[in-house]
Amino acid sequence: MVVTCSHPEIFPVVLTTKTQEIFNCRINEDMTDEQPYKLLKKEDIIEDLHNRAAVSDFHPLRKIVREYPGEELLLVYDKEFKYGLNFYLIGTEEGKENYFKITYMITRKRSEFGAPIKFSDHNASSVKDTYIECTAYPDKNFTVKQLEKDVGMQVVPKINTISTQTKWTYPKNASTQYCPREFSEEERETLGQSKSLTDFLNNVSVSVEIALQQNEIMNTFIDDWKNLAEEEGTFGDKSDTHLKEYQSFTDLHNLTEKTITCVSWHPTIYGLIAVSVAVRLSFEERIHFSGKLLLQPSLILFWSFSDPIHPQLMLESPDDIFCFKFCPTDPNIIAGGCINGQIVMWDITAHASRIENIKTGSSRSKKVTLKPMFLLEPGSNKEVMYIRHCAVSSIENGHKKVITDIHWLSDTFEINRMGSVYENRSEICCQLVTCSADCTICFWDIRPQKALTPQQTEKKKEENIEIPYDIPSTFLHLDLSWKPLAKIRLSKGDTSLDHCPTKISLSEEHLLYRTQEKAVAQSKATKVGEMNPYHNLEAGLANPFKPIEDFCTKFFVGTEEGEVIYTDWKMERDPDTGRLMTKKPVNLYTVHDGAVHTIQRSPFYKDIILTIGGWNLAIWKEGVMIGPLLQSCCAPKRYTSGHWSLTRPGVFYIGREDGYIDIWDLLEKTHEPAQSQNICITMITYIKPWILSAKQQFIAIADYYGTLHILEIPWTLSHPSSNEIASVNHYFEREVKHLEYVEHRKKIREQEKEQMELEIEKEKIKTYQKSKEQIEAELKMDYENYLELEKTVLVNLGLIKVSEKVSHIDI
Amino acid sequence: MAEVEETLKRLQNQKGVQGIIVVNTEGIPIKSTMDNSTTTQYANLMHNFILKARNTVRETDPQGQLQILRICSKKNEIMVAPDKDYFLIVIQNPTE
Repeated sequence: MVVTCSHPEIFPVVLTTKTQEIFNCRINEDMTDEQPYKLLKKEDIIEDLHNRAAVSDFHPLRKIVREYPGEELLLVYDKEFKYGLNFYLIGTEEGKENYFKITYMITRKRSEFGAPIKFSDHNASSVKDTYIECTAYPDKNFTVKQLEKDVGMQVVPKINTISTQTKWTYPKNASTQYCPREFSEEERETLGQSKSLTDFLNNVSVSVEIALQQNEIMNTFIDDWKNLAEEEGTFGDKSDTHLKEYQSFTDLHNLTEKTITCVSWHPTIYGLIAVSVAVRLSFEERIHFSGKLLLQPSLILFWSFSDPIHPQLMLESPDDIFCFKFCPTDPNIIAGGCINGQIVMWDITAHASRIENIKTGSSRSKKVTLKPMFLLEPGSNKEVMYIRHCAVSSIENGHKKVITDIHWLSDTFEINRMGSVYENRSEICCQLVTCSADCTICFWDIRPQKALTPQQTEKKKEENIEIPYDIPSTFLHLDLSWKPLAKIRLSKGDTSLDHCPTKISLSEEHLLYRTQEKAVAQSKATKVGEMNPYHNLEAGLANPFKPIEDFCTKFFVGTEEGEVIYTDWKMERDPDTGRLMTKKPVNLYTVHDGAVHTIQRSPFYKDIILTIGGWNLAIWKEGVMIGPLLQSCCAPKRYTSGHWSLTRPGVFYIGREDGYIDIWDLLEKTHEPAQSQNICITMITYIKPWILSAKQQFIAIADYYGTLHILEIPWTLSHPSSNEIASVNHYFEREVKHLEYVEHRKKIREQEKEQMELEIEKEKIKTYQKSKEQIEAELKMDYENYLELEKTVLVNLGLIKVSEKVSHIDI
Repeated sequence: MAEVEETLKRLQNQKGVQGIIVVNTEGIPIKSTMDNSTTTQYANLMHNFILKARNTVRETDPQGQLQILRICSKKNEIMVAPDKDYFLIVIQNPTE
């Protein structure tokens, strides 16, 4: 039975054993259950057909074999004889492929179609063959053996990270607002009026008053023991009260005889002292030798402690300087008053470095060997600096005679032409006051004047003088054209003679002694890099500010006649002429026998002034118009210079014409000096003490022969006792009271005198009023008394016998 | 009343007296010659001190009575005179 069906490509065939052997498809050997097929090559089959022709088994299928497209035919062993024969051949390629396909027939229950699907999990490994694994395996072809490894190592401490959770307490701002309990006004009133309060106060006030008075009477808490002792810690021998010679300076280079006219310590540099020298000639001699004098320069010498032979600096001036002062705000500016009435200004800022390094010993060679005088020329031993002045005042408009005193006005105020006081905004001392023998006091301003009229500028051009290149141009605007700001003439009223002032004392000046530290601080400030204010002086007279009203514009002037004048610098307008007039002096005292050469305010009391002149001295208090607090009696020798002590309020030094120094101590003796010491053989011309450090105080004494002596002030004279200021103050107050008492007594005496005179007058009148009879009766009485008296006298003398007398009476 | 004023004035005119305060037992100022802030300050500060002093005196001696309390300092002296209902505080600056 041949099954011809849906498989048209299946061609059953019978293969004999022989054919099976040829094609290697023996049953159960090559064709097994597992592999019941074999691929036969088409060529082999065709070859077999050739060989065995009709005998070959493939004969009936020869056509199919030949037409077969492929090269291999599939022969399948049909064990169940499904197609009728034991083998079949698949004739198409498709069939071949189909044979190798596995077809499944899947059946399913009808009811299950479309039903919801239930999914459930299955473990893949529990059921066999549900997964195919593709295990990874190390392929030896791709293993790369690492031969080198780059490893970095770091040593690290064992770190343990631990954390804990804490409970965070954070600060909270909390505040309580409170206010004191108070009574309201009404409650206070009611309580205040209540009777209980009155009673209470009455009871209590007694004991409280006792307690209060106890305190007034005595302070129970004073440590008497402590107050008894003086301050400890004295430096040096306490019994040593002499001034010790420290150094002396003489200018050996100049041959003419010179005298020292003024001495000033440098305000900031330690151990530097400036001295002005003048020739020792009288006026006629000056005229006589004027030719010779012109050749010699007039100098201010700067001496330093480190070099007693060579002066550090020499300031040149047109003529002898009689007084000079360092500017308090800038110690490199010096103003000096000349013998011919000019003011000379120097600016040594350029040389400041030279003199500052004196103490440390700078690069200058120290040649101590002194050549004989005739071999000396200036500049041979060392370079001596002659510094020319940088400005002089105008000759026509300034003073006509020697300038006797020069002061810088304090840097806190400035004055204008009228004498009104303004606030000084520029913080530098810019005004000067000078007094001169031509009876005038002039105020000068160092700032340039504003708005010159064209006429004057023309004049200036004519007078263009070449100025040497090394002079600073600080005061160029002033040179030769400097006019005073204001002039005060001290006239004596109607007479043509005027007062000739020798020294003046302004109220603000005592600050100069105390500003040493301030000056140092200021000079340091300017060094830091700021411009020196003196090099940029602005015109300052057009002051828009209001004048200071209650400024004390009065000052003291000492004259050549020995008078002390208290006058005012403020000018007033004369009602008649409309010109500015100086006010009349407030007071004038003639106290001294000679020219007053010292008027000085005490460094401790602003209103105590010492005046020295002639043979005596006087101490005044400003405001007390009656007279001096103390006036000494005439001294044996003339006083020629004087100065207050800088540290002890009751001590001052006076130089005499025989070279002695009198040291007065007001707490010890007030009628004569406490000490006297000889310094030199000639007249002392200037005294200037100075505080160099807390333990060292020096006093510079200049004499007539041109030597400057520096002496050290011992501890006892420089160190005040603990309550010295109070004691001296007390003394002055007592003296004021004494003066007032004297005045008072004078008045009382005058009153008494008047009264006495009145009484005498009254008496006289009374006698005239007596009647004639009374007079006669009185006369008779007197006469009878006289007769009696005569009798008794005669009886006593024995000229009349008593018996006779008796017989007379009997008759 | 004028009497009260007069007494206070008399006390004030003593030498060196800086101020007078009258407080009640609770420490509230009733009358004072000084400015408000100083008055309050002194009243508050002195109140406890006064009570303490009074108690001290009374405890040491049951019949004791605080008569006057004086605090002397370098600059001034504070005097307190107590009573049943009021305290009088006086501040004095003894001269010297």
